[in-house]
Amino acid sequence: MAQRLGTLSELRAALDDGRTSASDVVAQALGRARELAPAFAATRGLRADRAAEEALQADQRRTARALRSVLDGIPLLLKDNLNHRGEPTTCASRILDGYVSPYDATAVERVKAAGGVVIGRTNMDEFAMGSSTENACDQPTRNPWDPTRVPGGSSGGSAAAVAAGIVPVALGSDTGGSVRQPASFCGVVGIKPTYGRVSRYGLVAFASSLDQVGVFSRTAADAAALLQVISGHDPLDSTSLDEPVPDYAAALDGDVAGLTIGLPREYFVEQGVDPDVLERVRDAVKELERAGAKTCEVSLPHTPYAVATYYLIAMAEASSNLARYDGVRYGHRATGAHDLQSMYSRTRSEGFGAEVKRRILLGTYVLSAGYYDAYYRKAQQARTLLRGDFEAAYRSCDLILTPTAPEVAFALGERSADPLQMYLSDIFTVSANLAGIPGISVPCGFARDLPVGLQLLGPALGESLLLRVADAYQRRTDWHTKTPPEAS
Amino acid sequence: MARITREEVERIADLARLTLSAEEAQALTHDLDTMLEYVQALDGLDTQNVEPTAHPLPVATALRPDRARPSLAPEEAVGNAPEREGSAFTVPKVIEGVES
Amino acid sequence: MSALQEVMERYEVVIGLEVHSQLRTDSKLFCGCAVRYGDPPNHHTCPVCLALPGALPVLNERAVSLGVRAALATHCSVQPQSIFARKNYFYPDLPKGYQISQFEEPLSTGGWLEIPMPDEAAADAVRRIGITRIHMEEDAGKSIHDDSVAGGDGSQVDLNRAGVPLLEIVSEPDLRSPEEAGAYLRTLRQILRYIEVSDADMEKGHFRCDANVSLRLHGALDLGTRTELKNLNSFRFVEAAIAAEIERQAEVLDGGGAIQQATLLWDRTSGQTRVMRLKENSDDYRYFPEPDLIPVNIDPQAVHDIRAELPELPDQKRERFVREHGLSEYDAGLLTGSRSLADFFEASTAAYGKAKPIANWLLRDVLHALNEREAEIDEVALVPETLVALLRMVDAGRVTPKSARELIPELVARGGDVEALVRERGVEAVSDAGILETAVAEVLADNADAVARFRSGEDKMLNFLMGQVMRRTSGKASPAAVRDILAAKLGG
Repeated sequence: MAQRLGTLSELRAALDDGRTSASDVVAQALGRARELAPAFAATRGLRADRAAEEALQADQRRTARALRSVLDGIPLLLKDNLNHRGEPTTCASRILDGYVSPYDATAVERVKAAGGVVIGRTNMDEFAMGSSTENACDQPTRNPWDPTRVPGGSSGGSAAAVAAGIVPVALGSDTGGSVRQPASFCGVVGIKPTYGRVSRYGLVAFASSLDQVGVFSRTAADAAALLQVISGHDPLDSTSLDEPVPDYAAALDGDVAGLTIGLPREYFVEQGVDPDVLERVRDAVKELERAGAKTCEVSLPHTPYAVATYYLIAMAEASSNLARYDGVRYGHRATGAHDLQSMYSRTRSEGFGAEVKRRILLGTYVLSAGYYDAYYRKAQQARTLLRGDFEAAYRSCDLILTPTAPEVAFALGERSADPLQMYLSDIFTVSANLAGIPGISVPCGFARDLPVGLQLLGPALGESLLLRVADAYQRRTDWHTKTPPEAS
Repeated sequence: MARITREEVERIADLARLTLSAEEAQALTHDLDTMLEYVQALDGLDTQNVEPTAHPLPVATALRPDRARPSLAPEEAVGNAPEREGSAFTVPKVIEGVES
Repeated sequence: MSALQEVMERYEVVIGLEVHSQLRTDSKLFCGCAVRYGDPPNHHTCPVCLALPGALPVLNERAVSLGVRAALATHCSVQPQSIFARKNYFYPDLPKGYQISQFEEPLSTGGWLEIPMPDEAAADAVRRIGITRIHMEEDAGKSIHDDSVAGGDGSQVDLNRAGVPLLEIVSEPDLRSPEEAGAYLRTLRQILRYIEVSDADMEKGHFRCDANVSLRLHGALDLGTRTELKNLNSFRFVEAAIAAEIERQAEVLDGGGAIQQATLLWDRTSGQTRVMRLKENSDDYRYFPEPDLIPVNIDPQAVHDIRAELPELPDQKRERFVREHGLSEYDAGLLTGSRSLADFFEASTAAYGKAKPIANWLLRDVLHALNEREAEIDEVALVPETLVALLRMVDAGRVTPKSARELIPELVARGGDVEALVRERGVEAVSDAGILETAVAEVLADNADAVARFRSGEDKMLNFLMGQVMRRTSGKASPAAVRDILAAKLGG
């Protein structure tokens, strides 16, 4: 069995000291990915030969003292909804069968330019629609801490791969919590940046006004390093923010003294929240208080409307974003259809899974004639109110702390029959996407041997602050150093 | 009182170019009804005089200078096509003017 | 009275036009692919216009400024903020499954243009036609239906045109006859070409028109049920198709029937319209604001700058030609018919110093030669300097007006040096006094009767004698010189 990979910082130090080579590290990552695939199905496809070639080039740069960045020669994985030139992008959907991307997503291009070695793609809920990674077209990913349980989703493959020590870092995407919730379930760090901080160009769209590329890692410091590489303005994404990217690593000074952390009363409720989860999160609050942070109660009064608002907007946008999968230019096409209407309908019915169809239908319905104002417009107005909640809260605190999810990883199959129950798993994460603000999930202990995550939410472009607090917390705790028994 | 009927689900499926089996149509009618019931929570929210948010953050209009840049090589552009003739995609016959 | 006239006696015709005009940009509306035609399928496509998973649109700056220019030229108000929306429907040439267009908040609203009224007695009679809105949108690709595709059961899809920028210009239902619809289209096309917003070439599909047509009894307040005629792509078809549709609707109404709301196609071979589809529930386009694009903010300063750079419009130019050059409304209208002709006229006038002779030569001889060739003035070899050089030779008596007129087609076709052409053709006017005196003397001797009649008061005989001299010199004699010599001999 190939060894667990170290963190990015550890690997960097070992590479710089000449204790190992990128080729060895990448071979180790590929080996571990292969060995763990049957048990966890975290990956969907590995590019062993090309990754080995790229590792060799990284080693040459290292010898020539021409390293491109701290990421140079480090293996990583991409969620299977990020275009990577010459590689398949499937979104874990049959409808993208056979599609090989002719272009790079901007985030991928930046990773490549920084010398990062992509070893393959990770499993996900089809088109990022789900909270368990059970909605993949072939097989679900399993949680490295307990293979009878889900890793969370939709970026469950990336979270599981980092937790299982296959790679030190991975990219995911977060539309309503799809980075933070699986990070919480798998005991790793997951950050969703401010909307527009990372280009969405080449990230397959689920809900355009909510989607954002995010980062998985074991430490906040590693998250800072990868986020540094992929952030920044992109002229190919009109919604990309044209703001300078601060030096995230430089912000990690371990100091939280003087910061005020807001605790929203609507998130610390007994009803619907696992009491063990609440307890771990409250312990974390105390730890931060011991480190010098102040806390105060804040209110985000429109929280009860967040999930409904989120699903209306996300499904409406998704119904339109998924119209391009029609079997004309790429991907699956139903055979034997003799007219266009049946070619379209059969292609899409065969190509999409049940959850995707459910969301396309609801989204189509809420946009259709006569319903727009009652549903879509209403949700957009509710979105304004939710944004206002955060603006008001940040007048009395620097950042907000909540549980990432109301629970720990649940059992495979437990929620499949009840879509609404599945949606409520996102109750603490969707608001950040609606407001466009950044959020990070950090491991803060265990409940019944399963990881618990705390979520920090910052104001727009507050990534430095989130990383600084998360890093300070990790310096004082060792939750992130625990390894899952099934994948040690 | 159902919020959505099976006929409506079938009309919507047609708009979305999805064919549903009888079982699917029945199950989805139930699912959509449950979801519409859930989102009705928003009815209780007073949104009079509230501007809708289409974009989470204010960003200035992004414009691109009018300069032609290289396109994909035709082989790449149609390389993923399920069916093609030369550099054209092919589909079952399009009847002029009829949206399918 | 024609059938159409008879119908229009009984019913008021109400027509509104939706024009799609391709913007003159180098690249597409939302990606950097070149706007070019004639290449094999899918040679100008990229992840964005192929709608590959994950690709995103970015708006072309020039398309916006051209849109604003068109709005200003048609007296529309430019909205400080306009919003792109998705229009969702499935069609093979629509790769995203939605068209990025504008819906609730278009680029501009509430303008007008004036069309000439050919039937009115006064030459300057015009009618003002309202423009509801002008908005930006992307074109679709092309589906090619060819019996050779997949054994006749298939169509080819070419996305070279997908994403090409269009303006949609929607008129108010102010037009009252097929002729007015034609006049509106010609005026709009002329404006768009003048301000260099669009080539508006109908043959190339740069300028396409849909027409909404309804009938109502004269004096009725409510509009009748309308039908939409799609894709009328020549001026002739627009008028013919609308006329056919008016007659069809009248027949339905006369028979006690009701018009069904429908989209129709014009069949040019049968000369009739036919129903493409009925509008019932097929039009649920599920518009919503395009989340991939930020609202377009156009600040008043930018509008001001574009207005300042707006070229002179046809109407303004026509009035100025009347005022500055003393031309008739009619001549000024002809000379401002295209911007290139107006520019040619102005350049020639500036070089020559007098407007009227230039106008006369252009309208009589040059336009005739252009019509023969079905060409615009900027598509031929003739340049203002050449025309002026020719007129100077006429003035100097070195070429007769008649010879000069005969040279025009040659100069239009090939241009070149006037002096050389005159020599080459041997048409230089004869003004040598000796030769002319001899010719005059011979004519007078041969036409004693005509001379006598002139002397007895028949002035017109002078022209006859002039003609005889010209004939004797094969038309090369300088008329002024001949007249002088004749006058001297006859008067003496």
